[in-house]
Amino acid sequence: MIPVSVTRDDVAHVARLARLAMSEQELDQMHGYFEAILEHFAKLAAVDTEGVEPTSHPLARANVTREDCVTEPMDRTKLLANAPLADGECFLVPQIMEDE
Amino acid sequence: MNDMADDIGLLNRPAHELAALIRSGEISAVAVTEASLARIEALNPTVKAFLTVTPDLALEAAKATDDALARGEELGPLAGVPIAIKDNLCVDGVLCTCASKILDGYRAVYDATVVERVKAVGMPIVGKTNLDEFAMGSSTENSAFFVTHNPWDLSKVPGGSSGGSAAAVAARMAPLALGSDTGGSIRQPASFCGITGLKTTYGRVSRYGLVGYGSSLDQVGALAADCVDAALLTAVIAGQDPRDTTSADVPVPDYVGELTGDVTGLRVGIVRELMGEGIDPEVRESVLTVARALEGMGASTGEASIPHIDYALPVYYLIGPAEASSNLARFDGMRYGHRTKERAADHIEMYSRTRAEGFGPEVKRRIMTGTYALSAGYYDAYYLKAQKVRTLLRLDVEAALGQFDVLLSPTTPLTAFGIGELVNDPIAMYMADICTFAANLAGVPGLSVPCGFTKAGLPIGAQFTGRAFEEGTILRVGDAYQRATSHHTSLPGLLGAGG
Amino acid sequence: MTTQPLIGLEVHAQLLTASKMFCGCPTEFGAPPNTQVCPICTAQPGALPVPNQRAVEMTILTGLALHCDIAPRSVFARKNYFYPDLTKNYQISQYEQPLCENGYVLIDTESGPKRIRVRRVHLEEDTGKNIHGGAGAASRIDFNRCGLPLMEIVSEPDLTSADECRAYLQKLQLILRWIGVCNGNMEEGSMRCEPTVNVIEVGGSAKTALVEIKNLASFRAVHQAVDYEILRHTRALLAGESTTRETRRWLAEGRTETMRSKEEAHDYRYFPEPDLMPLEVDEAMVTRIGADMPEGPDEVRERLIEQYELSSYDATVMTQSREFAAFFEAAAGAAEDPKAVANWMQGDFARLLNETGTPLAESKVSPAGLADLVRLIADGAISGKMAKTVFERMFETGKAPALIVDEEGMSQISDTSALEPVIDKAIADNPEAVENYRSGKKKALGALVGQIMKETKGQANPALVNELLVQRLGE
Ligand SMILES: [Zn+2]
Repeated sequence: MIPVSVTRDDVAHVARLARLAMSEQELDQMHGYFEAILEHFAKLAAVDTEGVEPTSHPLARANVTREDCVTEPMDRTKLLANAPLADGECFLVPQIMEDE
Repeated sequence: MNDMADDIGLLNRPAHELAALIRSGEISAVAVTEASLARIEALNPTVKAFLTVTPDLALEAAKATDDALARGEELGPLAGVPIAIKDNLCVDGVLCTCASKILDGYRAVYDATVVERVKAVGMPIVGKTNLDEFAMGSSTENSAFFVTHNPWDLSKVPGGSSGGSAAAVAARMAPLALGSDTGGSIRQPASFCGITGLKTTYGRVSRYGLVGYGSSLDQVGALAADCVDAALLTAVIAGQDPRDTTSADVPVPDYVGELTGDVTGLRVGIVRELMGEGIDPEVRESVLTVARALEGMGASTGEASIPHIDYALPVYYLIGPAEASSNLARFDGMRYGHRTKERAADHIEMYSRTRAEGFGPEVKRRIMTGTYALSAGYYDAYYLKAQKVRTLLRLDVEAALGQFDVLLSPTTPLTAFGIGELVNDPIAMYMADICTFAANLAGVPGLSVPCGFTKAGLPIGAQFTGRAFEEGTILRVGDAYQRATSHHTSLPGLLGAGG
Repeated sequence: MTTQPLIGLEVHAQLLTASKMFCGCPTEFGAPPNTQVCPICTAQPGALPVPNQRAVEMTILTGLALHCDIAPRSVFARKNYFYPDLTKNYQISQYEQPLCENGYVLIDTESGPKRIRVRRVHLEEDTGKNIHGGAGAASRIDFNRCGLPLMEIVSEPDLTSADECRAYLQKLQLILRWIGVCNGNMEEGSMRCEPTVNVIEVGGSAKTALVEIKNLASFRAVHQAVDYEILRHTRALLAGESTTRETRRWLAEGRTETMRSKEEAHDYRYFPEPDLMPLEVDEAMVTRIGADMPEGPDEVRERLIEQYELSSYDATVMTQSREFAAFFEAAAGAAEDPKAVANWMQGDFARLLNETGTPLAESKVSPAGLADLVRLIADGAISGKMAKTVFERMFETGKAPALIVDEEGMSQISDTSALEPVIDKAIADNPEAVENYRSGKKKALGALVGQIMKETKGQANPALVNELLVQRLGE
C-alpha cells in the first residue's frame, strides 16, 4: 500500500536524516512539494507487480571484481589541497560526539 | 585563415571535417583550438555555456597533436578537434563544480575515464560547461552560478541538464561536447538546441569520474553537430573500463562504418503514447515528417506501444532521487568543497548547515524524496515498488524493440521554454523529460536529431530509441535522415554566418 | 525464578588482503596518516568501487570453515549514515543477501563440546579513524583504514556465559588464523567484537531488553563486559524492573553506560549498491576455493590423539595454531616419541618463544632438530638435564643437537668400562656411606652418585651409575 499523505513532521524527520538544516518556511515549501510529488508516486499503487522481480540494475553482469593488487596511493598534499581545513597530515573537523 | 569571419566559417564545419583538415595539414590543431577559444570569448558572455575555460590545457593538447603530425605519426579521426566537457566530469587539476556551491573551488584530483580517452586521442579540452546542479533539471536554471541561454533564442532555456554542452555545440564554441544523461539530460538539451545527442546503452561508456546522480541510470554521451560526429566521439569514449564494474564487456563496433545511409527494410515503431496528449502539435507534425522521410528511403513504419510509460515519471523520480540521496551524501564539507562558516557545536550540525548552504532547492528536493523513499517503513511501498514497475517498463521497451528495429518519438513534448517560465513549478518542469525517461529506465540507447523548427524558429528534436548495444542502428537511421535533410546544418542567427 | 543469559556475538575480522576492499590502496598497519588513500577510498566525486576478488574468496573460505551455506547469489548494499570517518557517508556492506549463512563454531565447555550457530558471514568495508584532538575543538581524521576489507561474523544468541563467549572468540580467532584470512589481533583492531546480551526466565516469558555492547578491545574486556551485563540484566529481571533496548559502551573503570537507545537508532536506508554487480558463486567456485582449505583445527586435534596417542590436553595445545601443529607433526614423525616432542613444545620451546617474543615461523629450531634431540635423550646419549642446555643452544644458534653436544663435550658416559674405575674410587673414598647403605639406609647411595657425577663433570649416565652402584654394593 502506498502512503498517500505525509505530515510536516515526517518531512522534518527526513530533513534530519538527510542532514539538511531547514527553516520553518523551507519546511513548509518542502511539505507542499512532498504532497504534490506523492500524488504522482501514488499512481504506482495501481500497477499490478505481483510476482515481478525488481530491476535494481539494467545490466545483467555478475562477479565483476579485480585482482588483489596494490596500486600507488595518491599524493597526500594533493588530497589535502581541497580540504576546508587540514594540518598537513589529517583532515580537521569540529569535535566529534562519541556516538559510534 | 586568420580573420574572424574565416574562423567562424571554420568552426561551422562539423568535427569530422575539421579533423580531416588537421590531418591533411591544411590547418593546425592549434589554429582550430584558438578559433574555438576566440569564439568562446566572443559568445560566452551572452550564451553563458561555460563555467570554466581551459585555454592552457587546450593549447597544450593541440600543440601535442600538431607535433605528432609533424613527426609523421598517424592521427586518430578526432585528433586536434576541441571538445567541451560537462562540469560533472572530472578533469585532473581543473575545477569541477557540478554547478553547485557545495563544490565551489573543488579541483578534480584525477581524470574521468572518458576524459582520459578524449585526451589520449589528442582532443583539446577547451572548458567545463554549465549544467543544472548535479545534473538535476531540464533547463540549466538550477545551476548555482548562472543560467545558460539557448543560442537560437537567448530568452529561452537551452534545456538540461547538459544545457551548457548543448549550447556550446549549437553556438559552435566547440565542435563537440560531452554530457551526461540520467533521464534525458543529453537528448532533451540537444533537441532544444538543434543539435545531435546520443545517450548510449547503460554500461556502454564508463561512469568512472562522472559525479554520480542516479548510478543505475547515468550515462556519459556525445553532443555533436551531426550523427557522424556523434558516432566518432562515441567510438572514442565507449568500451569496458576496469574501474567501472557496471561498464559492459561488449566489443565496440565501428560506429562510423555502420553509417551506410541505407535504411531499407528497417522497421520503425512510432511510440503511440508519446504522440498524443501533451505533445505540442508542431512537434508531433515534425516527428511525423521524419517517419515519412524514412518511409521514402525504404523503411517501414508502424505503431509501437509502451503501455507502462505513464509510470515512467514516478518510477524515475523515485529511483533517481533515492540513488542520488546516497550518492550526494559525500558532500559534507569534511574533505573538500564548501563548509559552513557558522560555528557548529558538533559534526551533525556542521553537516546540516554545510549541506543546507551548499545545495540548491531542486537538489534538496531530490535528496529529500530519495531519503524518504528509502527510509524505514517506506522502502517497499516506494523504492521497491518503483523497481518492480521499472521491470515492467523495461519489458515493454524490449517487447516494442522486438517488434521494431528502432522506436521513433519526439525527444521532448515541447520546444525550448522561456527562462523563468517553469522555475517555480518543479513538477511541470519534470514533464519536459517525459519522452526520454524510458530509455534510461530500460538501459537502452537513445538519439536525438534535429527534425525541424517551430514557426517561432525554435529547433524540434526527434528521438530514436534502439536495442541495448545497438547504438550503430539508431546512428545509421539518424545519419540517413540527416543525409536527406538539412535541419542539422542550420545555425543560430547569432553566429552571423551560415544561419 | 531460574534465569538464563542469551548472548550473541558480532565479530568484525579484517581480511589479510594486500589491497583494500574496493580500491588498490595498501593495507599495512601503522602507516603515516592519509598516505594509504586514493580517490576511491576518500570518496572523491565520481570515483567508483571495484571489489577485491581475494576478499570475496577469503570470505567464502571462512564460510566453509564455519560450515556455512554459501549463497549462490549475493549482493552488496549501501548502509547509509553520516559520520566523519566514513568518507562516502554510506558503507558498502551486505544486507539481504550475504555471502555465507547458517554455519556453526564448535567450542569446548565444562559440559563438553557445544555448537554455537553462526547466522551469517558477510563482506564490508572498514571506516577511517578519528584521532581526537586534545584540548582543542578539532578532531583529526586519518583515512588509511577506510576501505579495508572486513568480514562481519554474526552468531545466534547461543552463548550463555562470559566463559563461553571467550571460548567462542578464541575458537573463531584460531580458525581465522588457521585458514590465513585474519591475523586475529584485537589490540590492533583487526578483530573486533560486539556482544548482544539479554536474560530470560527459564520456562517463562519474562525477559530483559536486548543490549549491544561496544568499545571492547580485548578478550578480557569482552569477558568482563558480558559478565557485568549478565549481572545487571539478571538483577533487573528478578526485581521485575523494565529495561530498554539500547547500545551501551564499556568503560575502562569496569562498567557499561548507555550510548544510545533504540529510539535514537539509525535508519540506515539499506538498498542494493547500484555501482556494483551481484556476486554469483557456483559449485565450481566453491570447490576451487574449498581446495585451499587446510584440515581444520578440530580435525587435526582428533587425528593427533588417534595417530600420536596424545592426551586431549596435549592435542589441544599442539593445535593452538596451524604452524604449531605442522611443526609438531614434522618433529613427531621423525622422532620415535611423539609425547616427548609435545612436552618439549609446550615446555622449554614455548617458554623460549614467549620470552624472546619470537614467532614460531622465525625460530631457528627445526622440527628435525627437535626430533634429533628427543632421540639423543632416548638413546641415553645425553641426560634430560643436559638436553635443556642443548635446546637453549639450539634455540640461540640453530645448530644440530649432536653438533652442540660434540662441540661442548657434553656427551654422556654410558660405557660401563669407563665408569667402573670411577665407581671403584667413590666406594673406596666413602666407606661411611657404603656402610650406611649396606645397613639399610638406601638414601646413602645419593652421596656416592653425587661424587661420581662430580668426578665425571655430570656426563655419567645417571641411570647406569645407579644400576652399577647397586650391583657393586650388593656383592
Ligand atoms: Zn584507496
